[in-house]
Amino acid sequence: MNKKITTHTALKVENLSIGYFSKKNTTVIADGINFKLQQGELAAIIGVNGIGKSTLLRTLGNVQAKLSGSIQLDGKGLKSYTPIEMASTISVVLTEPLASKNLTVVELIALGRQPYTNWIGKLSETDKTKIQEAISMVGLQSLKNKKCYELSDGQLQRVMIARALAQDTSIILLDEPTSHLDLHHKVQILKLLKQIAHKTSKTILVTSHEIEMTIQLCDKILIMNKGSHEFGEPCELIQKKSFERLFPSDTVAFDPKTGSFKIKK
Amino acid sequence: MENTAKYKVSLLLLILALVICFVLNISLGSVSIPFKGTLNAILGRGVAHDSWEYIVWNYRIPKAFTAILVGSGLALSGLLMQTLFRNPLAGPFVLGISSGASLGAALLIMGSALISSLFSYGMVNDVSLAVAASIGSFSVLLVVVVVSYRIKDTMALLIIGLMFGSMTAAIVSVLSYFTDAEKLQQYIYWSFGSVGNLSWSQLLLLLIIILIGIVLSIISIKPLNAFLLGENYAQSLGVNLKRSRYKIIIATGLLAGGITAFAGPIAFIGLAVPHLTRQIFNTTDHKVLVPAVLVYGAILMLICDTIAQLPTSANVLPINAITSIVGAPVVIWLLVRKKKMIF
Repeated sequence: MNKKITTHTALKVENLSIGYFSKKNTTVIADGINFKLQQGELAAIIGVNGIGKSTLLRTLGNVQAKLSGSIQLDGKGLKSYTPIEMASTISVVLTEPLASKNLTVVELIALGRQPYTNWIGKLSETDKTKIQEAISMVGLQSLKNKKCYELSDGQLQRVMIARALAQDTSIILLDEPTSHLDLHHKVQILKLLKQIAHKTSKTILVTSHEIEMTIQLCDKILIMNKGSHEFGEPCELIQKKSFERLFPSDTVAFDPKTGSFKIKK
Repeated sequence: MENTAKYKVSLLLLILALVICFVLNISLGSVSIPFKGTLNAILGRGVAHDSWEYIVWNYRIPKAFTAILVGSGLALSGLLMQTLFRNPLAGPFVLGISSGASLGAALLIMGSALISSLFSYGMVNDVSLAVAASIGSFSVLLVVVVVSYRIKDTMALLIIGLMFGSMTAAIVSVLSYFTDAEKLQQYIYWSFGSVGNLSWSQLLLLLIIILIGIVLSIISIKPLNAFLLGENYAQSLGVNLKRSRYKIIIATGLLAGGITAFAGPIAFIGLAVPHLTRQIFNTTDHKVLVPAVLVYGAILMLICDTIAQLPTSANVLPINAITSIVGAPVVIWLLVRKKKMIF
């Protein structure tokens, strides 16, 4: 499909086990996760509610600690990164609401430059150029000076993507970037992400419930199931009948020809 | 970004307003001194009456400086708390720091009367009161820091702060039920708040405390801005969450605790000033907001103090009442006008 000469591995996950530590016990949410993402790829993590998609994403973004296994960024272990190195390698777009919606669009995007600015956060000329690039890439020129509380959900999501872009990292992780959006805006966001990944050679990983859309738009898909996880290109996974196993067969059935789900009557 | 020049002009105008309020505050008081006489006294030129110079230098100027420190410090601590606790209604009172100070003061004034056989009666003076209030506010702060270490949820922290307030109020009412009228009156006078009783040396101590608070806030400007996105985002931007939270909490404690210790509880400045400042400076950037709330807080406190001393009359109204009378309508007005409170 895509002619990519560079096969530089950006993110490599081996035998990863994720979950939560507490004083008494460890709760394993998912284990045995293996996948590899190349530079410039758009990938999706799909699976039923509660399977651990967000937990995996948070673990990759170092928001929470892994239980065991290895995560390598550019061939280097996640642990060896300092917080600032980490912040200039991975940026995130989370589902949690903004603490302050009083930020203007440009102020919010400028915050993405924090890992690069001095102790008081003064923006250099480079910072300003990067912010400008992010704004024009996501097409927010006309919304630049709006406050975040004035924006629609779809607009706000694009602003958050622009902030991640301004952070100028090789990897961007997005937790359910298309939730709460209508069909048009879902497609708009995913297409935008694909365009960013291919144009800027950034590796983008999203969690999503939009299986049909991710089949059409993503380069790689990780299907999380109880027990086993499958990873590969969408066509491969269709051939392996991986999508059929995603939901109990008495509610929906996957149609490999159209790449969509049909409700069982 | 393009607005930096505009903000600088606004800040300069605010500083100018501060100077005017300062001179106005000094020239008005229970003894009527002509404006020219006040200016001459400030500038060290000869004045018609020696008593004027004495009043200006030993009463009015320390009081005006106290008002400036109190207003700036409370406003800054309010700003820090609103950002840290992601809550537009946060202020020094909400964390329970002021309640802790009140409890310390109440225990000293009324508690010492209850166990007067152990203590001599004369021990309650301004210094011991300040010490008791500081101990009270810092013990609460310590508890808050310990709790914030265990609970990541900032909403829970706010509720704990409110519970401290209720507990303090309860203990104070129990104490006041058993205490005699004279001691009760002394406590009530303290709780009125006052910026007028500080000597130059006490003022210096307060200045040092507030300067430390301001320095801690300035080095926290970058994490404060990151906290506007939320803590997980701040962490993803490379912010050391724990260390930044401690710095901000300690700054808040020093500012609010130190001020309450010296000037008594003063309501609404911490809550209202950051919101008023955002009306002029339409930004969330703490690089702009920190200096702006410092100046705005000082101006508002000077104005409240000028009203409180009822120029030309011998009476002085409780400053805590004035700040509430000015502050509460401001908060209501902001809510009604903007339909929601944001920070």
